[in-house]
Amino acid sequence: MATTMVKEVGSEPAQLLGPESASERTLYPYVTGTSVVALKYKDGILMAADMGASYGSTLRYKSVERMKSIGKHSLLGASGEISDFQEILHYLDELILYDNMWDDGNSLGPKEVHSYLTRVMYNRRNKFNPLWNSLVLGGVKNGQKYLGMVSMIGVNFEDNHVATGFGNHLARPILRDEWHENLSFEDGVKLLEKCMRVLLYRDRSAVNKLQIAKITEEGVTISQPYALKTFWGFSAFQNPTVGAEGSW
Amino acid sequence: MTKQQANWSPYDNNGGSCVAIAGADYCVIAADTRMSTGYSILTREYSKICKLADKSVMASSGFQADVKALQKHLAARHLIYQHQHNKQMSCPAMAQLLSNTLYYKRFFPYYAFNVLGGLDSEGKGCVYTYDAVGSYERVGYSAQGSGSTLIMPFLDNQLKSPSPLLLPAQDAVTPLSELEAVDLVKTVFASATERDIYTGDKLEIVILNADGIRHEYMELRKD
Repeated sequence: MATTMVKEVGSEPAQLLGPESASERTLYPYVTGTSVVALKYKDGILMAADMGASYGSTLRYKSVERMKSIGKHSLLGASGEISDFQEILHYLDELILYDNMWDDGNSLGPKEVHSYLTRVMYNRRNKFNPLWNSLVLGGVKNGQKYLGMVSMIGVNFEDNHVATGFGNHLARPILRDEWHENLSFEDGVKLLEKCMRVLLYRDRSAVNKLQIAKITEEGVTISQPYALKTFWGFSAFQNPTVGAEGSW
Repeated sequence: MTKQQANWSPYDNNGGSCVAIAGADYCVIAADTRMSTGYSILTREYSKICKLADKSVMASSGFQADVKALQKHLAARHLIYQHQHNKQMSCPAMAQLLSNTLYYKRFFPYYAFNVLGGLDSEGKGCVYTYDAVGSYERVGYSAQGSGSTLIMPFLDNQLKSPSPLLLPAQDAVTPLSELEAVDLVKTVFASATERDIYTGDKLEIVILNADGIRHEYMELRKD
């Protein structure tokens, strides 16, 4: 009986129905962003993310900014469901607004924002309705550099370099090998680009249009979108049909 | 229409091993610092040890988000206790609080495997060992986490704790000296690191005794 009522009215929210109502909890992500990679360098944090958002196997959006500045001291990068990322930005807007309204000369640093995000993600996981994101939070406050990560179920940690999704498998090993304290800006960017290039070659949801963001004591700069140089001139790719006849 | 199955799990195992050994006038609590997920390492420098009170130190492995939430919860409860009673919680009191906190979430458990170490009101070492839903008992030593099956039998062999069923009751604390106990812990972790993929990177040791609290670190294999 309840289900027929829905068909007639059309836009009744599920909660108004009886016990047979459908759950509105998140089951799976729809529009997703891929890896975010970040590292600490001499003056602060460098973070990179491409600008693609996929709808399953379709590359649906190609100009999505997956890194945003939060308040004066933090930079947030997100992979996973884009609509959940937008909702998180909305929560953070409110958080920063209330922080500013105190007008007490104090402002939330990256550690505090990371702690807030961890609580939000964990609480949503407790209610079985997660925000389907892996978040990277970096920043500098009073000379202290901070870089942390939160997953969709609330697992969180800080380190000298972090990466989400495929980045964990492909970029972290490169970073473990080549990262060191007090990287210069140029070396940091080169290292990030090396990681993003590997991801571009091997992650099928990666696109060749990325931004690199930098956060220092002075503030946040997010670069204009640009593309990485790639090399496809391997001899194996030349004349691909040579030797095809008669082979499997 | 068939009911939708969830394709995500609210739990994850972030790995790691924890050990605690009680002595006549000291307690050693140790844990590795590796945090993993699946076959990946997330970070090599994550502390699983939390000082809850002056004489209570907890080491927990399992699902890191639950462990963090549990530590925060207990720290908050301890602060309230201090405000209300104007003193620190004793280790046996904290042990009971931890058990009750875990059982409170009996039907959506904290996926945390804990060992609580400290000094009792007589200054003797005490170790309490837990399962995920709050079953606990006071013992002379314990191991929890991914390497516990490798570590516990070795501790049983080396520390030879008398049966708790004996009458008259015999002391569970080890007659080993503090230095010997710390050495044993280092040996045990080096061994567990060889065969448990989730244990490694670095060992963090906390030693509680009458003089206060002390930290030691030791490098472990990173593979």
